[in-house]
Amino acid sequence: MSTIRLTVIDREGVSHELEAPTDMNMNVMELCKSAELPVEGTCGGMAMCASCHCYVEQEAAADLPEKSDDEEDMLDEAFHVEDNSRLGCQLHLKDDMDGMVIRLAPVG
Amino acid sequence: MIQTDILIIGAGPCGLFTVFEAGLLKLRCHLIDALPQAGGQCAEIYPKKPIYDIPAYPEILAGDLVDQLMEQAKPFQPGFTLGERAETIVKDEEDQFIVTTNRGTVHRAPIIAIAGGLGCFEPRKPPVEGLADYEDHGVEYIIKDPEFYRGKKVVISGGGDSALDWTNFLADGVASEVTLVHRRDGFRGHPDSVQKVLDLAAAGRIRLLTNGEVVGVGGEGQLEAVTVKHKTEGEIQLETDHWVPLFGLSPKLGPIADWNLNITKNAIEVDTFDYSTNVEGIYAIGDINTYPGKLKLILCGFHEATLMVQSAFKRIYPDKNLVLKYTTVNGVNGF
Repeated sequence: MSTIRLTVIDREGVSHELEAPTDMNMNVMELCKSAELPVEGTCGGMAMCASCHCYVEQEAAADLPEKSDDEEDMLDEAFHVEDNSRLGCQLHLKDDMDGMVIRLAPVG
Repeated sequence: MIQTDILIIGAGPCGLFTVFEAGLLKLRCHLIDALPQAGGQCAEIYPKKPIYDIPAYPEILAGDLVDQLMEQAKPFQPGFTLGERAETIVKDEEDQFIVTTNRGTVHRAPIIAIAGGLGCFEPRKPPVEGLADYEDHGVEYIIKDPEFYRGKKVVISGGGDSALDWTNFLADGVASEVTLVHRRDGFRGHPDSVQKVLDLAAAGRIRLLTNGEVVGVGGEGQLEAVTVKHKTEGEIQLETDHWVPLFGLSPKLGPIADWNLNITKNAIEVDTFDYSTNVEGIYAIGDINTYPGKLKLILCGFHEATLMVQSAFKRIYPDKNLVLKYTTVNGVNGF
């Protein structure tokens, strides 16, 4: 499979069904940006700004990779952090993420 | 008052390279930056990260790139106003811009080059209701003078080096009570500082509340207490004189947004002919500008800076002809 489907719930609660290629080395932050969802991705994907902070509402078939120290450290500087918080830029799109549901965290 | 030819707002890679290109045309530059050091994002956010798309450098650390740009700009003796934010801009009767910083430093130049990157870095403010009411009334985002906290009760939030270091410092006979609140058990930051904090907590010299976050502030005009939401213990009220949330810095466009420039999605619109904005004499280069096909890359910023100074020269010296001279032929003749 080279295309998966992800649901992204924006900050107004609207669900967006997105088709995501898995062979383009993309991550969730970039996918949201390409769909013109309001994700800044200020640092460009280095886990250094938390502007792509999101919640994994429903995991896909496979478990997501564990948070790296960099991601965990950056979440320390973010707000509204929950147990299912992740940085979208650190979630690289893979075939086994098909069906995952993501919710964008509040800005600030 | 500081007088220069090109006043550059933002001392990141793009601003620094502007000094070099302007210098080749015998134009002097002065840079203003809200951060206390030059280098912009490269120095503040990712100095130890490698960059792979700088031409002729297969790999270079962001911090080293800044050092090299400083070296390259050196012959042209740029001036710096660091740790100050460009706040207001007006024009005087001689068609020169007067830019004043938040600390009142006044600059004058016929040309302004905004190389502001993502904007000014400002402390991240936690989304706590009513927080603004207590700013400078018990809530501070930066510790300027530790003596300010002598004999006071202080709550610090955060898990990075600044939170750890200030906790250790203030606990050492400065503040009367120190509480550190952090959202998880693990701390980033230097292992020595982490150990010191854990030792102080074990000895009962500070209160360490991990798995918690401050969610409320209260007091009559002056901060008197904060509410901590703890994962297992629920809400905890802490009496305190100060709360210092230390959550790092994030960029905001800042006062430039009020300079009457055309702005789309937090970026300044420019003409790709010379990267001029809608205000004559003001240019915008690097990550802060936008145009069809824009790419936020350092190498694109270098190109924009180079074209921009040509246009700036013609604006300052409308009657002089400008001929491109290769540095290989002419060398670099500093001021």
